[in-house]
Amino acid sequence: MKVIAERPKSLTDLQFTYCPGCMHGVAHRLIAEAMDELDMRNNMMGVAPVGCSVFAYKFFDCDMAEAAHGRAPALATGMKRARPDMHVFTYQGDGDLAAIGTAEIIHAANRGEHITVFFVNNAIYGMTGGQMAPTTVPGMKTTTSPYGRDENDIGYPIQACELLATLRAPYFIERVSLLSPQEILKAKKTVYKAMKFNKEERGFTFIEFVSTCPTNWGVTPAEASNWARENMLPYFPIGNFRDKSKEEGEAK
Amino acid sequence: MGEKVLMKGNEAVAEAAIRAGCRLYFAYPITPQSELIEYMAKMMPKVNGTFVQAESEVSAINMVYGASGCGRRVMTSSSSPGISLKQEGISYIAGANLPAVIVNVQRGGPGLGDIQPAQGDYFQATKGGGHGDYRNIVLAPSTVQEFADMAGLAFDLADKYRNPVMILSDGLLGQMMEPVEFKPQKTKEELEELDRQHYEWCMYPNEDEPNHHHHEINSLEIDPLVLEKHVEKLSEKYDEIEAKEKRFEKYNIEADNEVLVVAFGTSARIAKSAIDELKEEGKSVGLIRPITVWPYPYEAISEAMTDKVKKVVVMELNLGQMIEDVKLAVNGKLPVEFLGKVGGILFTPEEAKAKILENL
Repeated sequence: MKVIAERPKSLTDLQFTYCPGCMHGVAHRLIAEAMDELDMRNNMMGVAPVGCSVFAYKFFDCDMAEAAHGRAPALATGMKRARPDMHVFTYQGDGDLAAIGTAEIIHAANRGEHITVFFVNNAIYGMTGGQMAPTTVPGMKTTTSPYGRDENDIGYPIQACELLATLRAPYFIERVSLLSPQEILKAKKTVYKAMKFNKEERGFTFIEFVSTCPTNWGVTPAEASNWARENMLPYFPIGNFRDKSKEEGEAK
Repeated sequence: MGEKVLMKGNEAVAEAAIRAGCRLYFAYPITPQSELIEYMAKMMPKVNGTFVQAESEVSAINMVYGASGCGRRVMTSSSSPGISLKQEGISYIAGANLPAVIVNVQRGGPGLGDIQPAQGDYFQATKGGGHGDYRNIVLAPSTVQEFADMAGLAFDLADKYRNPVMILSDGLLGQMMEPVEFKPQKTKEELEELDRQHYEWCMYPNEDEPNHHHHEINSLEIDPLVLEKHVEKLSEKYDEIEAKEKRFEKYNIEADNEVLVVAFGTSARIAKSAIDELKEEGKSVGLIRPITVWPYPYEAISEAMTDKVKKVVVMELNLGQMIEDVKLAVNGKLPVEFLGKVGGILFTPEEAKAKILENL
């Protein structure tokens, strides 16, 4: 019998705790597949955040640490410095990375820590029940922006890739989306690339996933994808913001 | 080895930490502990160690959390306002059963306070500091030599109990120079053994599990019944530490003591000068100096309350914090008097002597 599809070895057999239609499971799978394909699992340490993906430390089948809210890049720094022969990644949401953890992500990126940061942006705080995120788009209603985000009062959404691309040290920065099967397949290639750079100790690598939250947005998964395409992508354009491998003359 | 060198406390504790096998240090500059971070910046590269100046004390303690989760000896240091910022991380480290060493070179507070020696962080250090039920082992040095010796002790206790250990010093001990004799540098073999001792639980594949490794470093237990068990287990560990690790110094404790002084760290140094002068004048005053301020040596105080002791005098560089523990030890049997000084100002031996004489 030929195996056509199976669970990546880098994921445990625990059932995900995510809502129906949530893209965290897809993002997990892309990362796990890259870990399998690059044979990195036995030398991998990951850091889970606070947020919906707080239990990621149970889902990835490698060494895992659970960080305080926003502190994953600091933990990852300590881990990579403690065990330079290991590979390290963090998995963070928008509140975690772009609000409470802004200092940690900016300085880990600025030091050029040899880690990969996976940033899942769905414009809302999911686990605490749908509050405004630093990436909530103008006009978007959440439980703490009940009249819609007013950019004159609370500012515009933070664009993490653009912000980090002002720093010299990062090796690779790219924003991808998880809004359709085609986009997911494209994202898979980007994840593989970043993980390969991680394995090769190239430097700091960063991937932002534009994602959705059907539960807290109060829509179906299909409607969520359409809404994100229309409302999030204008603020979070898909594309590469840094690829030093091209500067090094090894374009793929 | 065996040779005495004149050093500041901040530098001595850093040198002693390196000799004890600390190869990772993360911190943020703050007065009056700057010589410590500067010493580490200079020396860590020479021993193939890691020095990172973090973007904040919050980040520094979380770097410690990450490195400790990998089973390595790691340290951070700061002074009072910075130690407040580290409390989040210390709570996580305690909750995750991780070893770590934190040095607090205390200064005057609250808020920014000043940069002079103080003991105002006693409550924070010994009663928790961060959120949740947990304990730090807290060591209180009173000389530069003891400050240095406590680095090795702190790492040994941290590793033994997988618990954060704080060295609670102050600006005087950090800045003052005294002769110090160091223990020898741990050998390559000893460092390798230190590395292996945590393989059972830490993140890092090893010869026991070469092909698959999934260790979790974590303080989260979402199921209340599981968290209850976890915290009860921590509690059992704290009970064991209380049973085995209380340390104190008896100074001039005699059957004819009329006053019993209790003081820790720098305050105890000053108290000793007063006690020596009074001894020459024929007055018998004893001192209990807690060396571990958690676990607290309550029994040492109650045992020193012999028949002739009329009063207990507590001396601290704060408004009266350790006095609450002394009162628990005294348990209402004797009056407990207090000499305190705030603002980062030391009381003098004369003031200590006068306070004792008031109560003789």
